[in-house]
Amino acid sequence: MENAAIENQSFAGADVQNSRGKRQLVSSIMTTLTAACAVFAIFLLLAILGYIAVRGVASLNLQFLIDTPKPVGEGGGIGNAIVGSLMMTGLASLIGLPIGVAAGVYLAEYGNNWFGKIVRFVADTMTGIPSIIVGIFVFTLFVLPMGRQSGLAGSLALAIIMIPIVARTTEEMIRLVPNSMREGALALGAPNWRVTWDIVLPAAKSGIATGAMLAIARVSGETAPLLFTALNSRFYNFYYDQPMASLTVQIYNYATGPFEVEWRMAWAATLILMLLILAINIAVRYLTRKRF
Amino acid sequence: MEQHRIIDKQLEVLRDRILLMGGEAETALQRAMRSLVDRDSDLAREVLAHDDVIDQLELKIDRMTIEILALQHPAARDLRFVIAAAKITPILERIADHACNIARAAIELNDEPQLKQYVDLPRMGNRAADMLRQGLDALTKSDAEAARRVISMDKEIDDVYHKIFGDLLEIMVNDSTATARAAHLLFVTKHIERIGDYVKDICELTVYMAEAAFIKHTSESA
Amino acid sequence: MTPLSQLDSSVKTAENFEEKKPGKTAKPAVIKISVADLNFFYGKTQALHNIALEIPEREVMAFIGPSGCGKSTFLRTLNRMNDTIPGARVEGSVKIDAKNIYAPGTDVVNLRRKVGMVFQKSNPFPKSIFDNVAYGIRINQMARNKADLNERVEKALTDSALWDEVKDRMKASAFGLSGGQQQRLCIARALAVEPEVVLMDEPASALDPIATQKIEELIVELKKNYTIVIVTHNMQQASRVSDKTAFFLLGKLIEVNSTRRMFTNPDQRLTEDYITGRFG
Repeated sequence: MENAAIENQSFAGADVQNSRGKRQLVSSIMTTLTAACAVFAIFLLLAILGYIAVRGVASLNLQFLIDTPKPVGEGGGIGNAIVGSLMMTGLASLIGLPIGVAAGVYLAEYGNNWFGKIVRFVADTMTGIPSIIVGIFVFTLFVLPMGRQSGLAGSLALAIIMIPIVARTTEEMIRLVPNSMREGALALGAPNWRVTWDIVLPAAKSGIATGAMLAIARVSGETAPLLFTALNSRFYNFYYDQPMASLTVQIYNYATGPFEVEWRMAWAATLILMLLILAINIAVRYLTRKRF
Repeated sequence: MEQHRIIDKQLEVLRDRILLMGGEAETALQRAMRSLVDRDSDLAREVLAHDDVIDQLELKIDRMTIEILALQHPAARDLRFVIAAAKITPILERIADHACNIARAAIELNDEPQLKQYVDLPRMGNRAADMLRQGLDALTKSDAEAARRVISMDKEIDDVYHKIFGDLLEIMVNDSTATARAAHLLFVTKHIERIGDYVKDICELTVYMAEAAFIKHTSESA
Repeated sequence: MTPLSQLDSSVKTAENFEEKKPGKTAKPAVIKISVADLNFFYGKTQALHNIALEIPEREVMAFIGPSGCGKSTFLRTLNRMNDTIPGARVEGSVKIDAKNIYAPGTDVVNLRRKVGMVFQKSNPFPKSIFDNVAYGIRINQMARNKADLNERVEKALTDSALWDEVKDRMKASAFGLSGGQQQRLCIARALAVEPEVVLMDEPASALDPIATQKIEELIVELKKNYTIVIVTHNMQQASRVSDKTAFFLLGKLIEVNSTRRMFTNPDQRLTEDYITGRFG
């Protein structure tokens, strides 16, 4: 008789049942709220991408990608701007990535002292400096003595922006490599530099690549530093010692112009810029995929 | 799946040592009986001298069983084997001691003229030696069935013991000059009977080792 | 049934068997590592107090003791792995083959090749099985050519009882192996650089019983060629595999003795209390 009564109760008891219901309700509400926020964030991003794509595709054609800018009404394109952006981003990466990664390695492996603290502080500050100041800095120290704007100056400005970003993310990624892996190599009679080069860096490489990607994406979209340093150009330019066109400055020019046809070209150029960044992203992710 | 564990080698050595000691005990018994029946006192003295080897073996095996228990933590069958080994070793040593006592009696008796033809005595001695050999065999093979059969052989020894006891008592009553010699022979008979009981103990331990069954003090070991 | 004559000879091997475990040894042991007046500090905290110990060659010495007693710290002083910890300071001497490894100017990199280490949690590199074992060989330039390298890798894997299990998948990732296999891979990796001493820091504590047994058999096999020092919190393991045992407590060395004596009749009361489980 007693047993039947007991069996019908739940394990936890009656009053716990009530608070259980309340708990489940709160849980459901919060889950829904957070999911909604996530959806909203993605929606925003997709909306921007979609809007750009829709506006840009209209003016996109092969000619557009090859031509240089022409007076209004004669068509024209962003061919030289694409090349210029690639060249300057490329050179900036060539300068900025090795220095940034090396600095990050130093900070992670050897930087547990007062010097490292200072470097870290400076790097963190620099990631927040308005990029136009970097542009002015390079203008003063490089463009003026040289006598003219150049693609090289533009690349330098971009590199200076890249270095602190790459350094800090590299440091974070290297710190994530478990110490047990380092100890395993040390215990085999590997000197410190070998441990870093053979074991730590390969283990951190996808994280470092992600950091590099972020930096490249960031500088690809920079306009201000290029304004004084690389200026712009209406011609194809394959030499770094001359002013060089870039997608960002070109977009700026088109967008601030008075003609609607220019605005349409600005949309198309923006789409191209986005696609370029996407392509770099995919390429880097593929190259650094985890094989082990 | 044969795993070669650290303990396997040690158990093998332990097993071999037990068998060695068993063989030594068996040999001691046989020689002691022969020294009596063939009236060979030199042989008897050899038996006494050799007892030292058997004692040293006992000490070695003791040390070894303690070491295996302390360092290797045997479990289940291995544990039963080591415990059985630890208990069998002193039994074998006592069997050898009884053989020595028989040898001592032989030395005494061989100085005197032979009391009578030894007929039942050597038979009893052989029986006991057989029991010992078969008991050790069953131990090696962990054969509980064989061990039980050996246990039943003890009855025969007890029967012969009673017969010889009666015969010797009659001699002692009828012939006072023979009393001393008859007394020695009585003791020899007793030693052999004790050896039979000890082999029974060994067989009970064999059953424990093989089946984890304690048959001591039960009807099986009557 | 074994005839008596054959039994005699097996007993003779038993004599050899006993003689190998020192108690009243026939031949004196060669000392490989000799530690004197060793004090160790993490910054201001003293972790090891006046350790003095001799480790014979080609034997297994086990360090036992409760958690935090300093046994792992002490193990790591033997190949100067504590150097990687900021604030670590060593006083006293650790002599390997009579040469103090804490003397200024010691080639620490070479020391760590000769005194290898296996860690509690196996730590294979994110590389293939082959490359894991070959790494040490390559950076120490020990192989003359590709064939020599392959041979050395195979030997190291054979010596750590792993070759048969991996010979068909040498290019596969090391992370695809089971825990016990990964640990044996780490042992192979350490053996590949031909050390003289192998330090093991609780090598089997993260493994299941079968894997543990394999490691223990491996240790008994390895001591023929290497001096082995093993830290373990499992006393039964110490009693099974080691020849000598050292008991540590609160950074002090309480007793060092032959394993047989340590576990049947230790000299110190503290040791006996620990072994019988009265504390720790």
